[in-house]
Amino acid sequence: MAARKPIRWHIPVFLAPAVLVYTAIMIVPLFGTLNLSLFSVNDARETVFAGLDNFRTLFTDPRWSASFWNALKNNTWFFIIHMLVQNPIGILLAALLSSPRLRMAAFYRTAIFIPTILSFVIVGFVWKLILSPIWGIAPGMLDAIGLKSLFAPWLGKEQYALTTLALVSVWQFIGIPMMLIYAALLSIPDEVLEAAEMDGITGASQFWKIKLPLILPSIGIISILTFVGNFNAFDLIYVAQGALAGPNFSTDILGTFLYRTFFGFQLQLGDPHMGATIATAMFFIILVGVCFYLFTIQTRLRRYQF
Amino acid sequence: MAQARSHLGRTIAAHAVLITYTLIALFPVFVIVINSMKSRKAIFAEPLALPRSDTFDLIGFTTVLQQGDFFLYFLNSLIVTVASLFFVLLFGAMAAFALSEYRFKGNTLMGLYLALGIMIPIRLGTVAILQMMVAAGLVNTLTALILVYTAQGLPLAVFILSEFMKQVSDDLKNAGRIDGLSEYRIFFTLVLPLVRPAMATVAVFSMIPIWNDLWFPLILAPSEATKTITLGSQVFIGQFVTNWNAVLAALSLAILPVLVLYLVFSRQLIRGITAGAVK
Repeated sequence: MAARKPIRWHIPVFLAPAVLVYTAIMIVPLFGTLNLSLFSVNDARETVFAGLDNFRTLFTDPRWSASFWNALKNNTWFFIIHMLVQNPIGILLAALLSSPRLRMAAFYRTAIFIPTILSFVIVGFVWKLILSPIWGIAPGMLDAIGLKSLFAPWLGKEQYALTTLALVSVWQFIGIPMMLIYAALLSIPDEVLEAAEMDGITGASQFWKIKLPLILPSIGIISILTFVGNFNAFDLIYVAQGALAGPNFSTDILGTFLYRTFFGFQLQLGDPHMGATIATAMFFIILVGVCFYLFTIQTRLRRYQF
Repeated sequence: MAQARSHLGRTIAAHAVLITYTLIALFPVFVIVINSMKSRKAIFAEPLALPRSDTFDLIGFTTVLQQGDFFLYFLNSLIVTVASLFFVLLFGAMAAFALSEYRFKGNTLMGLYLALGIMIPIRLGTVAILQMMVAAGLVNTLTALILVYTAQGLPLAVFILSEFMKQVSDDLKNAGRIDGLSEYRIFFTLVLPLVRPAMATVAVFSMIPIWNDLWFPLILAPSEATKTITLGSQVFIGQFVTNWNAVLAALSLAILPVLVLYLVFSRQLIRGITAGAVK
């Protein structure tokens, strides 16, 4: 009779705390939320199974769908601004920082990362004050370069407010793409760059032809992190414009919409079931994005082993 | 010769771009801090001037320190952040060790399960988390926040730490086993000290979102006794919108602690990132 291997008790002991906390606080509530979205409260104040009715309400009932599609549209624009402004500038800064023999690189790196460590509360109010027409820092500075006519109360105008807030968010988070790309650029071995120099490829063309293809996987990771972060954003809008995401809901994104629905605002009562429905919709939007990245983008990126 | 000149030109251009962006990054912080030390009149008359002897005024700071309960909020934030970090690092390192050290059935699956949380934000479970905390009687306690932040930080911690633990030499651990050390002793006395740099990286990455979070304090612990500094300053600033001195001083006070922590840790952070923690 072959002796069975004794159970190695230390493995479950090492795993248990992390798995228990993670399952109880993260996975179970996530499924609880998905589950909650399938129920609703009827007129007799009983909780009844509603199937997918809540989703039908959210997507088609005029009272809900207008807000939902508006939030989704704004959220998409918020994300596009990040992809077009934050990531290219982050890559540019990282490329400049990583050039060898650059003096004061550590200082620039530290300074440019500072906005990222500040809380949304600080960032929201700081920019609100700076852009405020009352205080006059922004108009004063535009006046100094003769462009005062361009000034508008950007946060108060429907057509500008969302773009302005997206740019504030870019200002805050640019340190993350910068740091990750910087790390990726530093990990390119010198032999590869020296070989390129031998072939006469230097400067900008070295960046486009050699470095950029090598850091594409990092750019992919940054894009998906930006996507998840943006479709989950809430704090900056809440701090700068309040839960009503003014003016006239022009800065409403999915996070603020979820908060308002779940907790209610002014005269509308909070509705946990519709809140859970919105959270579930967000869950699937993020899931679709992550799957799209994993199955179409990541598999096509070539990774180089050095 | 021409090449040397173009090289010089490129260096100057690089510095020009970096300096411009550094100014953009630091300008708002600079404006807030200098104006918080000026009198109300000077704030509006010359917003960009440094405080001088005739415009220097600390009225904003005295208002803030008298009115708000900033010390309590600060303490709450500190307790929540330190306790969550402790659990994230301890539990995360234990799980990472089990995943990277032993071969057992379901190892890969367990790794994937724990990594799921990196991509799916915990906020989406808020509705059910709140119901659970209400049922457990944990609403308006710091415990609720610590539990949530521990769960939130674990996925990334396990992911980064297990990458690092794979690099710890097997010979060392086997030498320990021959000397009769238990698996627990090997983990705590051999492996943990060796991955300290990785632990520091994880600590910084987990600390910033915990310290700055507004969502969970707002929902799970909004009472006066459990407000964190982020929520506290948000509420305080909301009440004092027109008292510019107080608002600017509150913002300066909120910026300082994070800034100091960041400058202390920044060297470690850079080293951690460039050592391959997040690639």
